[in-house]
Amino acid sequence: MIRIDHAVKTFDGGTQAVHALRDVSLHVEKGDIYGIVGFSGAGKSTLLRLVNGLETPDSGSVVVAGEDLSKLSHRELLTLRRKIGMVFQQFNLLEGKTVRHNVSIPLQLAGVPKKEIEQRVREVLRFVELEDKENAYVSQLSGGQKQRVGIARALATSPDILLCDEATSALDPQTTESILLLLKKVNREMGVTILLITHQMQVIQMICNKVAVMEYGKIAEEGSVLSVFGTPREEVTRRFVRTVINDQIPEKFLSVVRSETRNQQVELLKFIGDSVKEPLIANLCRMEGLEVNILGATIQEMQGSVMSVFILQLIGDDEKIRLAEEKIDGAGALRERMAVGA
Amino acid sequence: MTETFETRFKEIFGIKWPKLLESLGQTVYMLGWALLIGAVIGLFLALLLVLCRKGGLKQNRVIYAIVNFYVNIVRSMPFIITLVFVFPLTRLIVGKTYGSTAMLVPLVIYISPYMARLIENSLLEVSPGVIEAAQAMGATTFQIIIRFLLPEALSSIVLAMTTGTVGLLGATAMAGYVGGGGVGDLALTYGYQRYNFPLLILTIVILVIFVQLLQLLGNRISGRLRKHR
Repeated sequence: MIRIDHAVKTFDGGTQAVHALRDVSLHVEKGDIYGIVGFSGAGKSTLLRLVNGLETPDSGSVVVAGEDLSKLSHRELLTLRRKIGMVFQQFNLLEGKTVRHNVSIPLQLAGVPKKEIEQRVREVLRFVELEDKENAYVSQLSGGQKQRVGIARALATSPDILLCDEATSALDPQTTESILLLLKKVNREMGVTILLITHQMQVIQMICNKVAVMEYGKIAEEGSVLSVFGTPREEVTRRFVRTVINDQIPEKFLSVVRSETRNQQVELLKFIGDSVKEPLIANLCRMEGLEVNILGATIQEMQGSVMSVFILQLIGDDEKIRLAEEKIDGAGALRERMAVGA
Repeated sequence: MTETFETRFKEIFGIKWPKLLESLGQTVYMLGWALLIGAVIGLFLALLLVLCRKGGLKQNRVIYAIVNFYVNIVRSMPFIITLVFVFPLTRLIVGKTYGSTAMLVPLVIYISPYMARLIENSLLEVSPGVIEAAQAMGATTFQIIIRFLLPEALSSIVLAMTTGTVGLLGATAMAGYVGGGGVGDLALTYGYQRYNFPLLILTIVILVIFVQLLQLLGNRISGRLRKHR
């Protein structure tokens, strides 16, 4: 659906050039909810705007719905944009106009007959659950309602792709959740492919099936949400995953662990879905000469699956710890040793 | 009753009542037409400035530099200088250099760059995000101007034009003195030069009321346009 290959984009930032994108490739398949996460300035905003031609790469190619953007005339690009909806962090609505006016604008631009516009506006407003606000002025609405109008406007022309530019970053947590659920509904019921950028890992966790982590104009890591959350390789990914899944030893326990004089090893365990069939922790506890303490445990739901994270303190001689590790690996859990420090 | 009013009027202000009406008519005539033509040209120049500026929708350094230079040059000339400087042009267009119609030429030349700057500021106030949303929808540049830029800036443009109109009113007084007639001319030739102090006061009162009404009207219209913001 969206294929970006080796995109490079450099902005003239006055004193020094800003490398927004350094050789970025991205492949979004039809039906995906693809999330790009990164700190501000990572280049995600530029990457998103390549898809509808608001930015053009210095080199590299952008192919959307089979069309190579660099080969399109200006007219053809405008036509393609009508098939790509876009939702913004600051909503970017006409504040002084009614909800109906805002939602009907893209249809008017496309030259849709008046009667059809009315009908379509009502349809999308019903979809975003704002049918009773048709005649309200945007300035009278709450942030969440405004974003629903923004989504309705983006959906008016029945696009195949929806681009979300930090769509929930200006909203409170509860509203964020309701907007994310709405986006999921857009994806499921309308079959719209969604590409979103965010700096909130919760957004990725809640609705995305694929994720790319961006840093310094490059994609540091990408893959299915479960694999990236389960086995983050890069430091930046770990930092993001940590914002939703706590894999650190709680500060309070750290001193206890450090003051332990016996031979010990702290292990981080991750269970994804029902990959582990046996009662692993119980089995570890039954091992002779091994003491097991649970320092931390969290359970996260994502992608219709469950990921559990345990931090275990194993106390025993090296041989016992090695056996315990074999048991854990054999059971199918993801395991890594944690450094405790002095 | 009317006869006594007209006699009394002549006694106090030293001119006939219809003369005042005629002067008012000339001022409104100069103000109205110069405003209309000046605003249209000003809007056009403002759009050029906003579209062609760096980062604008149709970035064009050459056009921007030319328009920007023109606006700055005209704006740095005092009106009274512009007035005499364009006499040849006035003669070419109108055929004479006196009378209210002839004065429209320097008035328009004076007010349009002023309007351009004011309207440019109003247009730049429009949220770049709204423009980006318009682009993302596949709007053409013309559609962006007509459906997003102008409607969003309209309330602010009205206020800017009100400011411009008040400035223009001052210019019509000078134009009047050089041969355009109007309230300004009345104040200077009949009031000031004939030591007719009451008439001078009267014209000042009239001008003050005029400006008040203009500002009130401008605020009202702008406020109505901004109602739901």
